[in-house]
Amino acid sequence: MSVSHWPVFAALLTLCVGGAGHAHAGRPLVLGGKLPLTRGATGIEGAAGAGLATWAIVAGNETEDGIGATAFATRIPLPDYGFTAYGGAVGLFDRVELSYARQDFDTSDTGARLGLGRGFTFGQDIVGAKVRVAGDAVYEQDRWLPQVAVGVQYKSADHADLITALGGDHATGVDFYVAATKIWLAQSLIVNATLRYTEANQFGLLGFGGDKQGGPTPQIETSMAYMVSDRVLIGAEHRTRPNNLRFARERDAYDAFAAYAVTDHVTLVAGYADLGPVATFENQGGAYLSVQIGF
Amino acid sequence: MGLRNILALAVWLAAASASAQETKASALQEEPIAPYEQADANAGAPPLTDPEVLKAFNGREGVDRIVDSMLDLSLADPQIGPIFEPFDQVRLRRTLKEQFCYLLGGGCAYTGRTMQAAHADMGLQTRDLAILITHLRTAMEREGVPFRMQNRLLAVLAPMRRDIVQR
Repeated sequence: MSVSHWPVFAALLTLCVGGAGHAHAGRPLVLGGKLPLTRGATGIEGAAGAGLATWAIVAGNETEDGIGATAFATRIPLPDYGFTAYGGAVGLFDRVELSYARQDFDTSDTGARLGLGRGFTFGQDIVGAKVRVAGDAVYEQDRWLPQVAVGVQYKSADHADLITALGGDHATGVDFYVAATKIWLAQSLIVNATLRYTEANQFGLLGFGGDKQGGPTPQIETSMAYMVSDRVLIGAEHRTRPNNLRFARERDAYDAFAAYAVTDHVTLVAGYADLGPVATFENQGGAYLSVQIGF
Repeated sequence: MGLRNILALAVWLAAASASAQETKASALQEEPIAPYEQADANAGAPPLTDPEVLKAFNGREGVDRIVDSMLDLSLADPQIGPIFEPFDQVRLRRTLKEQFCYLLGGGCAYTGRTMQAAHADMGLQTRDLAILITHLRTAMEREGVPFRMQNRLLAVLAPMRRDIVQR
């Protein structure tokens, strides 16, 4: 994280602590209390969301009266790679979310063809913080205002030397985002839009910034889902991404998914993700599976 | 047994049967409540105008069954049962049936209190409401109300959390 980002991060943390302290004043702490599926699944960066996108909801089953948590694992087998993400998040008083995710991008046989060696793995660690600043996605059905959250994700990629050699500017970076999530109950629809200010290449796995374009740019994540029942929803997502590296172009990512709340604590997501070309290999799309455990 | 004893028994029996009738009657009667201004607006939201929704709820009879089923499930629930127990069950069932019927466009008058007044000083938490909603879902499911029609009612009820959950 560059020094210039620290004041924003510090301000967010202050908001977190202030918000949490106020939220549970005078009421008993309780476990759980979110309706099925309303804690969402977990996005690949560890924050509450769907497959590729980060949403404005706070991880875990807690309400304003409790503390919740989630753990997740996502696997996207692609034609020439294997993508794995896992991690967890803590939700405090339905106000603040702190998350961690580890992503591994296994090049398997492709690594040899890229000259990296068979089974070479790109990877990164992502630490995130999110604060709900307005609205309630579930209960405020009579208002147009969505649930709005702001967040940061600090990402640290492995192999700094290689990233530089590939044309990337840094091995670490910070994404800032504003997410808005609204459940339109009367229409059985969930809509999310997230504006992300980022310079991450392939989510950060290939570093940050590059020889084609340096510096962060605004990118958009949109998700739409239809509630089939209170335990099943189907949806689709679109995520724009920077295109910073000369050696490998990057384009928008898409996915379509079905989420099933098996119990109040276990959610399964199955879908199809299309990441476009990844490190010179075209058409990287594949069926994926994500499991989330939440309390 | 002397005449006096027979008379005493007759008097006792008459008294017992009268008190039994009284008990029966009071089971259907509501307890007195402090006066308040009655208005449909107390129901907390304007009624839906789409007749398809009430039809999906099987009309007023369906709504009545759903309210009964939701309250039976809630009373049997170890977590929220104790919240409902102290209340006048006859009145609770009647006013909730009126409220749901009114909100679904069934043409009922709502004679209960406002949501804020009815839930004052109860210290309800969002989780309590979520458990009630889960029981309401089950009740609607039992009545055969399609999921998207269930959501039409829940969309009207959800904003009432502001007046129900004490902050």
